[in-house]
Amino acid sequence: MRVAAPVGDLSTQAADAPVSAVRRFLLARGSSRWADRVFSGLMLLCALAIFAIVALIAAELLSQSQPSWHAFGLSFFYHYNVDPVTHLPLFWDPVNGVFYALPFIYGTLVTSLVALCIAVPLAVGLAVFLTEMCPRWLRSPLSFFTELLAAIPSVVYGLWAIFVLIPLLRDNINPFFIAIFQQPTLVRLFAWTHLFGDDGLFGGVNLGLGLLGAGVILAIMILPIIAALTREVMSAVPNSQREAALALGATRWEMIRIAVLRNARIGIVGSVILGLGRALGETMAVAMVIGNSPEIHLSLLSMGHSMASVIANEFTEATSDMHRSALIEVGLALFLVTILVNACARLLVWAVTRGATARVQ
Amino acid sequence: MGVAIEVKALNAWYGATHTLQDIELHIPANHATALIGPSGCGKSTFVRCLNRMHETNPIARVTGSVKIGDLDIYNDISPVEIRRRVGMVFQRPNPFPTMSIYDNVCSGLKLNGYRNRRELDEIVERSLRSAALWDEVRDDLKKKSGASLSGGQQQRMCIARALAVDPEVLLMDEPASALDPVSTSKIEDLIFQLKSQYTIVIVTHNMQQAARVAEKTGFFLNGRLVEFDSTHKIFTNPTDKRTEDYITGRFG
Ligand SMILES: Nc1ncnc2c1ncn2[C@@H]1O[C@H](COP(=O)(O)OP(=O)(O)O)[C@@H](O)[C@H]1O
Ligand SMILES: [Mg+2]
Repeated sequence: MRVAAPVGDLSTQAADAPVSAVRRFLLARGSSRWADRVFSGLMLLCALAIFAIVALIAAELLSQSQPSWHAFGLSFFYHYNVDPVTHLPLFWDPVNGVFYALPFIYGTLVTSLVALCIAVPLAVGLAVFLTEMCPRWLRSPLSFFTELLAAIPSVVYGLWAIFVLIPLLRDNINPFFIAIFQQPTLVRLFAWTHLFGDDGLFGGVNLGLGLLGAGVILAIMILPIIAALTREVMSAVPNSQREAALALGATRWEMIRIAVLRNARIGIVGSVILGLGRALGETMAVAMVIGNSPEIHLSLLSMGHSMASVIANEFTEATSDMHRSALIEVGLALFLVTILVNACARLLVWAVTRGATARVQ
Repeated sequence: MGVAIEVKALNAWYGATHTLQDIELHIPANHATALIGPSGCGKSTFVRCLNRMHETNPIARVTGSVKIGDLDIYNDISPVEIRRRVGMVFQRPNPFPTMSIYDNVCSGLKLNGYRNRRELDEIVERSLRSAALWDEVRDDLKKKSGASLSGGQQQRMCIARALAVDPEVLLMDEPASALDPVSTSKIEDLIFQLKSQYTIVIVTHNMQQAARVAEKTGFFLNGRLVEFDSTHKIFTNPTDKRTEDYITGRFG
C-alpha cells in the first residue's frame, strides 16, 4: 500500500515498506511548532505582566508621593523633630505637619524579625517531624491543622491576639523575660550588650500590646506558610539520598541534617522569604496589637507602629494633602523595603549555593 | 521498520569541553549496533545527539550532520518530530510514577492525541508483549502504578513505552546496567528479537552483551570513535591497538 507519504518519510525502502497505523498517525501530526510558539508566547506574556504590574505600582506610588518627597526629601526616612514640651523625639504628628517615617520602618522590620526568629525554627521542626518521623495516622490531621492556620483571616488573628495572646503575654510570658533581663547579675555581666536592664530588650512598662505581641502574632500567621512549603521541598528529596546517608552509619538526626536539610536548604530559604514577605506586609492583625504609636524604643514591650498599619489606620482620615502624600510615601517605602529584603535573601541563597549543584537529581 | 543512520563530522560540547570530536559513522538499518568504551568517553552524549536530546542541556552545543533515513535531523525537522520517530531508553528506568502501567505505555500516543480506545488497548498489549512483560502485568495494568514494578520490570515497561509509538530507531543507553542478570538477559533477548524490525543503538559497558546482541560495534575513547566494524572483527581481530587493549582489559 502506498501511503500519501508525508514530507520526509524516514523509510529508506519507502515505496513498499509497510507503514503502521501508529506511525502514519504520528507522521501526519506535523511539527506542532506553532503550538509551542504560542505556548512560549503566553508564558512570556505572563512573565512580562509581572514586570508591568510592578512598574505600574511603583510609578503610581512615586507620582502620588511627590508632595511629601518635595517637602522632606530623604530626611523623610531618618529625621525627627524634638517635642517642645517633653523633649522627646517627635516623628509623626499629622496635626502639626510633622511626617518622618522611621518608626514605621523600624516597627515593620523588628516585628518581622521577631516573627522569623519564632516561626522559622518551629516551622522547620514541624516540617521535619511531618516528613521524617511522624506516625502515619498523625500525618494528615497535623498537616490539615497547619494549613488551616493559613486560612484564618487576619482580623480573626487580631481579635484572638487582643483577647487571648496579649493577656497571656502580659501576665505569664513577659514577666518571665523581664525577670531574666532585669536580673541584677545578668544586667551587670551583659551591660555591654545594652540589651539588659530597664532600657534593654525587656525594659519599660509591660502592657502586653506592643512590638513583641505583634511579632508573636505574625509568627503564628507565617508559620503555616513556611512549614507547608518546607515540607514540600523536604518530601521532594529523593529517598536514595536518605539511604545514602543511613548506609554511611548516620543516625536519624544526622541523616536529616546531611541528606534532607542540606538538599532542601534552598527551598527552605525560599519559603522563609515568602513568609517574611507576608510578615512585612501584614496589616490588620498588627494594627490591632502593636499599639499604634509612632515611637522608637529598643524594648520589645514598648508600643510601636508599622508601615502597613499606619496606612490602614490613617489613610481614610488623612485630610491634608501632605498627610495623604506622606502615607503614600510610607507605602513606597514598604514596597522598597520588601524588594530590598527579597534581594538580600536571594543574595544569601546565591552565596550559600555558589559552586554547589543546587538540585538533586 | 527501521532506517539507517548516517553521522558526519559530528562535534559536541558541554560549555567549553569538547566532548565529541569529528564522529563519522554509518549505522545500518534493522540491525543492532553496540557502542562500547570507558566511562566518560562520550557514548551517552553521542546517542543523545541522535535524537537531539543533547541540546536540551542549556550549556550544550552540537555541529555536524546526522541523517536518519533521508532526513538531516538538525536541518529538516524539529526536535519534537524527530523524537517521535526515535525512541529512547535510559540507563535508569524512568517510569512516570503517577501513571498506571497502561497509561505509562501509551503515554507517547496519548500526548500526541491518539484516542482510539480499542487500538490503544491493542497497542499496549502488543508493546508489552514485545517487551516480554505482558504476562507479568496483564492483571493489574490499570491498577498498579508504573513505579510499583521491580527495576527490571520498570525498564521493560520503559522499552514498551518506547515501542508503543512504533519508532524507526531505538536508542538504548546502558539499558541493563542497573539490572540483575535475569532481567538483563531478558532485555538482551528482547533486543535480539526487536532488531529485525528496528534500528537499535545500544550503549553498553558489558562486552559480552555487545558480542551477544550486536552485529556492529563501535569503540569510543576520549570523545573519538576509534574503531567501528563488525562485532566479530572488533572482538577477535581489532585493527587499532587501543581497541585491543580495551577489549582484553589491559586498559589503564
Ligand atoms: N550534563 C553535563 N554537563 C557537563 N559535562 C558533561 C555532562 N554530561 C556529560 N559530561 C561530560 O561529557 C563527557 C562524556 O560524558 P558521557 O557522554 O556521559 O560519557 P559516557 O556515557 O561514555 O560515560 C564526560 O567527560 C562528562 O564529564
Ligand atoms: Mg553514559
